[in-house]
Amino acid sequence: MHYSAAFSQAATSATAVPTISGSRHVGALHSSSSSCTLLIPSKPINLRFCGLRREAFGFSPSAFTRCSNSQRVQLPSRRRFKGSNVSASLGDNGIPKSFDYDLIIIGAGVGGHGAALHAVEKGLKTAIIEGDVVGGTCVNRGCVPSKALLAVSGRMRELQSEHHMKALGLQVHAAGYDRQGVADHANNLATKIRNNLTNSMKALGVDILTGVGTILGPQKVKFGTDNIVTAKDIIIATGSVPFVPKGIEVDGKTVITSDHALKLEFVPDWIAIVGSGYIGLEFSDVYTALGSEVTFIEALDQLMPGFDPEIGKLAQRVLVNPRKIDYHTGVFATKITPAKDGKPVTIELIDAKTKEPKDTLEVDAALIATGRAPFTNGLGLENINVVTQRGFVPVDERMRVTDANGNLVPHLYCIGDANGKMMLAHAASAQGISVVEQVTGRDHVLNHLSIPAACFTHPEISMVGLTEPQAREKAEKEGFEVSVAKTSFKANTKALAENEGEGLAKLIYRPDNGEILGVHIFGLHAADLIHEASNAIALGTRIQDIKFAVHAHPTLSEVLDELFKAAKVKDHASNPVSEPVAV
Amino acid sequence: MATLSPFLSKTPLSNTPTISFSSSISTPLKWKSITSFSPSGSSSSRSRRRIFIVQSKIREIFMPALSSTMTEGKIVSWIKSEGDVLSKGESVVVVESDKADMDVETFYDGILAAIVVPEGESAPVGAAIGILAETEAEVAQAKAKAASAGAAAPASHPVTSTPVPAVSPPEPKKVAESAPSGPRKTVATPYAKKLLKQHKVDINSVVGTGPFGRITPEDVEKAAGIAPSKSVAPSAAPAALPKPAPAAAPAAPLLPGSTVVPFTTMQAAVSKNMIESLSVPTFRVGYPIITDALDALYEKVKPKGVTMTALLAKAAAMALVQHPVVNASCKDGKSFTYNANINIAVAVAINGGLITPVLQDADKLDLYLLSQKWKELVEKARSKQLQPHEYNSGTFTLSNLGMFGVDRFDAILPPGQGAIMAVGASKPTVVADADGFFGVKSKMLVNVTADHRIIYGADLAAFLQTFSKIVENPESLTL
Repeated sequence: MHYSAAFSQAATSATAVPTISGSRHVGALHSSSSSCTLLIPSKPINLRFCGLRREAFGFSPSAFTRCSNSQRVQLPSRRRFKGSNVSASLGDNGIPKSFDYDLIIIGAGVGGHGAALHAVEKGLKTAIIEGDVVGGTCVNRGCVPSKALLAVSGRMRELQSEHHMKALGLQVHAAGYDRQGVADHANNLATKIRNNLTNSMKALGVDILTGVGTILGPQKVKFGTDNIVTAKDIIIATGSVPFVPKGIEVDGKTVITSDHALKLEFVPDWIAIVGSGYIGLEFSDVYTALGSEVTFIEALDQLMPGFDPEIGKLAQRVLVNPRKIDYHTGVFATKITPAKDGKPVTIELIDAKTKEPKDTLEVDAALIATGRAPFTNGLGLENINVVTQRGFVPVDERMRVTDANGNLVPHLYCIGDANGKMMLAHAASAQGISVVEQVTGRDHVLNHLSIPAACFTHPEISMVGLTEPQAREKAEKEGFEVSVAKTSFKANTKALAENEGEGLAKLIYRPDNGEILGVHIFGLHAADLIHEASNAIALGTRIQDIKFAVHAHPTLSEVLDELFKAAKVKDHASNPVSEPVAV
Repeated sequence: MATLSPFLSKTPLSNTPTISFSSSISTPLKWKSITSFSPSGSSSSRSRRRIFIVQSKIREIFMPALSSTMTEGKIVSWIKSEGDVLSKGESVVVVESDKADMDVETFYDGILAAIVVPEGESAPVGAAIGILAETEAEVAQAKAKAASAGAAAPASHPVTSTPVPAVSPPEPKKVAESAPSGPRKTVATPYAKKLLKQHKVDINSVVGTGPFGRITPEDVEKAAGIAPSKSVAPSAAPAALPKPAPAAAPAAPLLPGSTVVPFTTMQAAVSKNMIESLSVPTFRVGYPIITDALDALYEKVKPKGVTMTALLAKAAAMALVQHPVVNASCKDGKSFTYNANINIAVAVAINGGLITPVLQDADKLDLYLLSQKWKELVEKARSKQLQPHEYNSGTFTLSNLGMFGVDRFDAILPPGQGAIMAVGASKPTVVADADGFFGVKSKMLVNVTADHRIIYGADLAAFLQTFSKIVENPESLTL
């Protein structure tokens, strides 16, 4: 009953739309759901799809929202499809060729999932091939379980900070934790999100094909042992695995990768973390909160390479220096031997530049967080003459795969970690959506500079766009001026109320036209705050316009409000008819 | 980025040449500046201003203290380079402290003659990091001096009284990092290394007791003479975690049918205090006191609202006035802390808990005020409205179980105080007086527990003698 109400509502909202001839619909329910069916290009799919949509509506109200919303946006394409009764599997060059699917996605991680959902929205008959578990790295061995651990570490840290508690007038005695309980929380979260992901795809009618996917040739994929399916377009979304440098022996107990660490099977007294990027930093946050001491091993001369230097420095001052952490920079870990025969884990370090042996560390455990390697083995790329570059699938800016000769491989795309453009779950998803836009007839190039990134330490770090050195380099090359504005969390009421005034937001912009080049935030809930900036970049909003947007008081978002207001855009640049930048 | 006040300080007048860096420059300069001064006859207003500091035409730029906790600073960048002309108020250098990066500006005009501490290096607070010359003429000389003194530059500096900041900060860091590379490795955990640096403990003087002989934070604290108890509290929880068994598992298995009731906050606090009290060496001294006079006084003043508690507190306070050491406490194991006020804490049992409302300045308030105050405190304790200073500011504690007929007991000394008095019931007892006459008198036994680090047997005995005199001749209590 619940969904019939929803349907009638959908029908009302669709009254302005010319109705499709009733004969194509079976029964009252279907005709009342015209707002959905309008999206669907062909009759056979239409019928099948509507039936499944019913489940979708029952399953979650958000599915309904998505459907009706997209209907509004999709007016033009609907008109295009309206007259055509031809099957969706219309081949190239007008030669009808029958495919099993419109779109096959190899890999059901966050990227594949995002692409699949958008494909369904666009009316494509979609299948997703998964050789392992649905959800991929992010859900099962990455962002998701790590957030559960970080939620625990954040609270532990707060409860252990006598000073912080006292300042708030709270009294807490002896905060402690149960390792298994924490590990279970992470595992339960992953399971829950995995089920949500699976259900959402099933509900929308995405076929989940189980088995390892291999490309046999153009538009042809094998999954499992001998099932062959064809599709008009194929997206590779096979993701990545932890990268383990040579000489490091991972035993999964004392020398581990993030895959093992997320299971939190033990909390060592002293753990060395090789690599001080996002993964290493987040784990240092978890381990130190749970009582471990941490030693960072970083090949570059600075901790936290890749972050804006100023933010990195501040982050180091807050996240590293006062904690039970020390570090070795400018060194490679050439050999790491797991603990055995009563000996500790040993780590041999050499100087990154001179290659001379520098030191040997003895610790209780080592976490390898040196980045991630694309997972493209066994994908059958040789069948279509594609050669990977350091394992990554080469693509152009539209995620179209290029072969050994640099030519585009038709109907083949690669998104996410496997192409190495930007190894972030949400970037993969955005790339997937971009590809679906393209295969459904709308050219789309994703602006990677508008994709935010976040590191979920306490406090968090987030960023979008260019770092200051990158911006200055670009400015030098292209001959424009760069300015920087900064605001502190210390001036923010909400942050002070939380007694978390430590933090900085930094805006890098062009004073001549007000374009936002990059925003970097270090502070309470930085990961949630960045989106105002990333949306502005994606939509091409200029500072002189966004500075008039109103923020609720008192909220952390006022940090960004202050930031935009602190920027000094030259007068003549004010209020040009802001033209959205191609995104 | 905040701009800090200048840290250009003039080099001190030094008549007695020492090996200090500044004096080696300023002494020769004395004549130099004077000679160069008179002929040049630069702007007269400036010369008047400078009249007192003639000899300081070459100034050192010192590492500023940018925060109360800063001991050393790192030069992030020199905004000005050698030879640049500086004017008052200009930012010269960016310094990184333990908290932030800050611009340091100059109060003086001049020429940046030499940079003593280059970018990326650190120097202790107060050390010279650059040399400022007033005129071109002095630049070369300042430079030469800076160069010759260069190596030793940060070593000694005139302002800080300690001549030891010779240990330039980057050094210990290196030591800590490269220490393990020695012939036979000394391994220290990251936090242990931080503590070594913080407490200035030599790594070689510490014996590692951790796994594989590594130096743990506890080892360093022990070597630094810090009671590890401090670190136990915060780290106990995490430390126990890897092996959750020992902390959590009770030694004896639960008997069937027994129930486990967790402590209330108050009970947990009591428990914590009681465990803490074990670290204090205490002893006890008892004393019999005849209370007939006190009882008689009590009967008299009772209608005016005076309670026995107030009487005893007042008596104790008056005795403490004469024996300040019993009102003292030992905070660090090294010293006496004499308290300015006599605040008598009185133990009160309340809803399965225990709290000690404090009668502040019990020696100064009269009996009636004290009694009134006590009533208020008890009322507040009941309604859980006691403010922290109303229960944790005691300097001496009184515990009375006399009303239950207890004739004597022995109290545990609360942490942070020097002594606690346990008061038993006053009971009719046959006593013989000095002349050999027997009589029946009310006798009460009091028993004081004290911290023997600061209060010795004779101190307690003398205090108790005074106390008993006051109780046996209680007229003074009503004054």
